[in-house]
Amino acid sequence: MKHARRFLVFAACSALCCSLGCGGGSSSSSNSSSSGTSGTPSNQTIASSGPNVAAITVNSGPPGNGGYANGAFASATVCSPGTSTCQTIDGLLVDTGSVGLRIVSSVLTIALPQQKSASGSPVVECLQFLDSYSWGPVQTADIEIASEKASLVPIHVLSDTDFTVPASCSSAGPSADTVATLGANGILGVGLFAQDCGPFCVQSSTNTTPPENAYYECPSSTGCQAIFETLPLQVQNPVALFATDNNGIILELPPVSGAELSVSGSLVFGIGTQSNNGLAGATVYTAGSLTSSSPGNFTTSFNGQTFSDNSFIDSGSNGYFFPDSSLTVCSDSSGFYCPSSTQNLSATNQGATAGSGTVDFSVANADSLFSSASDSAFGDLGGPAPNYFDWGLPFFYGRNVFTAIEGTSAPGGTAPYWAY
Amino acid sequence: MSKGQMGMIQCGFLVVALILATAFPARAALGGDASTIQADQIHMQGTRRIIPADSYTVHEIQAATGTLREYISSQGIVFAVAWHGPWLPDMRQIMGSYFEQYSQAAESHHTARLGRRPVMVEQPGLVIQSGGHLRSFAGKAYIPDMLPTGLRAEDIQ
Repeated sequence: MKHARRFLVFAACSALCCSLGCGGGSSSSSNSSSSGTSGTPSNQTIASSGPNVAAITVNSGPPGNGGYANGAFASATVCSPGTSTCQTIDGLLVDTGSVGLRIVSSVLTIALPQQKSASGSPVVECLQFLDSYSWGPVQTADIEIASEKASLVPIHVLSDTDFTVPASCSSAGPSADTVATLGANGILGVGLFAQDCGPFCVQSSTNTTPPENAYYECPSSTGCQAIFETLPLQVQNPVALFATDNNGIILELPPVSGAELSVSGSLVFGIGTQSNNGLAGATVYTAGSLTSSSPGNFTTSFNGQTFSDNSFIDSGSNGYFFPDSSLTVCSDSSGFYCPSSTQNLSATNQGATAGSGTVDFSVANADSLFSSASDSAFGDLGGPAPNYFDWGLPFFYGRNVFTAIEGTSAPGGTAPYWAY
Repeated sequence: MSKGQMGMIQCGFLVVALILATAFPARAALGGDASTIQADQIHMQGTRRIIPADSYTVHEIQAATGTLREYISSQGIVFAVAWHGPWLPDMRQIMGSYFEQYSQAAESHHTARLGRRPVMVEQPGLVIQSGGHLRSFAGKAYIPDMLPTGLRAEDIQ
C-alpha cells in the first residue's frame, strides 16, 4: 500500500520533472529579483522531488465536481490516530487563504474519532465562506503529505446529517459540503495561521460570548449550541504540526498563458529548512498579525487606489479580484472581467511592516478563456471585488510563492509573511 | 405606552407571544427602522458609537465578532450595512427583510466551476458586495434607491 503510494508520488514527480525539463534531483527555488521591484518573475525553479515535496495539479478536479476553474489540487493521507488504518485522498484544493484540512464526508471511508466538548458532546464546526457554508463534525486524524507527518490533528469533516444546521450557520448561503457543491474532495488550508479561528473562538475577558457561526457542541441532533474552542482543539494547519519543515510552504507552479488543460507543480513544505526550500532571492512581504485589525492582509496600490491592510495572496481564490470600473464585467461568466482585449496592468504590494514591490499582471476576457469546457488553468483570469485586492491563483503561475505561518521562525522576516 | 400596546397586554399571553413571533424578523437590520439596531447591538454583544453626517447617521457596533456599521436615513430607515471581522456576520440578522433576496443571490452565485470568488451582486433594489478570507471578511449591502445625495456607494464601508 505504502509502496504503491510512493510509486505514484515518484511517477508523478517524474512526470512533472519531464514536463518541466528540470533534469531530476531536488533544487532550490529562486527568483532573479532581489529588490522586489521587478514586476515579472523569471528564472523560476520548481522543486521536483524530496521528502518535503508534494505534487500538485491544476486540473478540473475530482470527478463529480462539474469541473473547476483554476484550482490547485493535492493529495493527503489521513489515518485513524496511532493506527495503520489510512486513506489517501486526492482532489484537495490547496488553499493558502484558509487553514485546516476539510474533507467531504462521502469521500472519507475510514472512521476517525469524534472530538468531544468539555461536557462530552460531539463538537461540530460551521465554516462560512462568502456565498456558502460547510457544516460537520470535528474529528481527529494523523496526516501524512509527501513524507511529512502530523499526529492527532483536528480536522473538519464536511456534511453531517446527524445534526441540524443552526440558522446562524446556514445564513451565509447554500451548503458546500459535497464534491459537487464544494468542487473538491476537500480543502487543504495551508495559510498564514496555525488554527482556523484563532483568538476569536477563545474565551477571554474581552470575548465573553462564543461566536455564533464557528464551533458548536451538539448534545442532541437538534440542540447544537455555540461554544468556545481552545487553540489546540481548533481545526489546525497541518503544516504547523509537522515534525519538521513546519514553518510554512512554497507553492510552485509554472507559467500559464491563456487557457490550458492542466499544469503540474509542487507544494514544498518548510522555508529555509532544506536545500530545496530556501528563500533565495524572494522578497518578504509581511502580513497583518493575528492581533492586528486586519490579520493576514497587506496593502496593494492599484490605479490610484490604495487598499490599505486590506489585500492578500490566496491560492484558493481562482482569479485576480480587484475593483476597476474601466473593465467590463462579463455577461456570461458571472463575477469575472471581460475586456475586449487583454489588459496589461500593474500594481504595488507593500507588506504590513516590511517588503515592497510592483507586480505586472494581465486580465483577459473570461468568456473567451472559458470557451473550452475542458480547460482548467487560466493565467489571466480576473474579476471585480469590493474594496480590496485578492491575488488569486493566477498570481502563482510562474512564480514561487512562500507562505510563512504565524508564531514560527522563518528566514527573512517575521511570520506571518508571504515572499515571492 | 401606545393604545395598541395597551390592547396587546389586555389580550393576554397568546397575543403577546404572537407579537413576539412576528417581531422576530424586524430585529434584523437592512430595510428596518433604527430601533432594530438596538437588537443588533444586543445580538452582537457590542458597544455602539453614533457618527452623524449631513443627511444620514452611521451607527457603528464594535464587538469581538467584528464591526458592523448601519447607515440610517433621515427618515429613520437602515439603508446600508457594512461589516468587517474575522468571521462573516449572521447574514440573516443583518439583511433583515432582504434576507430572502440575499439567499437567492448567494445560491445563484455559488457554482463549483466558477470557484471561490467575491460576491458582487447588483439587482434593481439591492446591491451586495462580500469578500475577504478566513480571519478577515468584509462586505456591504445597500438599497441603491435610498442612498442620500452626497453619499457615494464606495464610501459605505
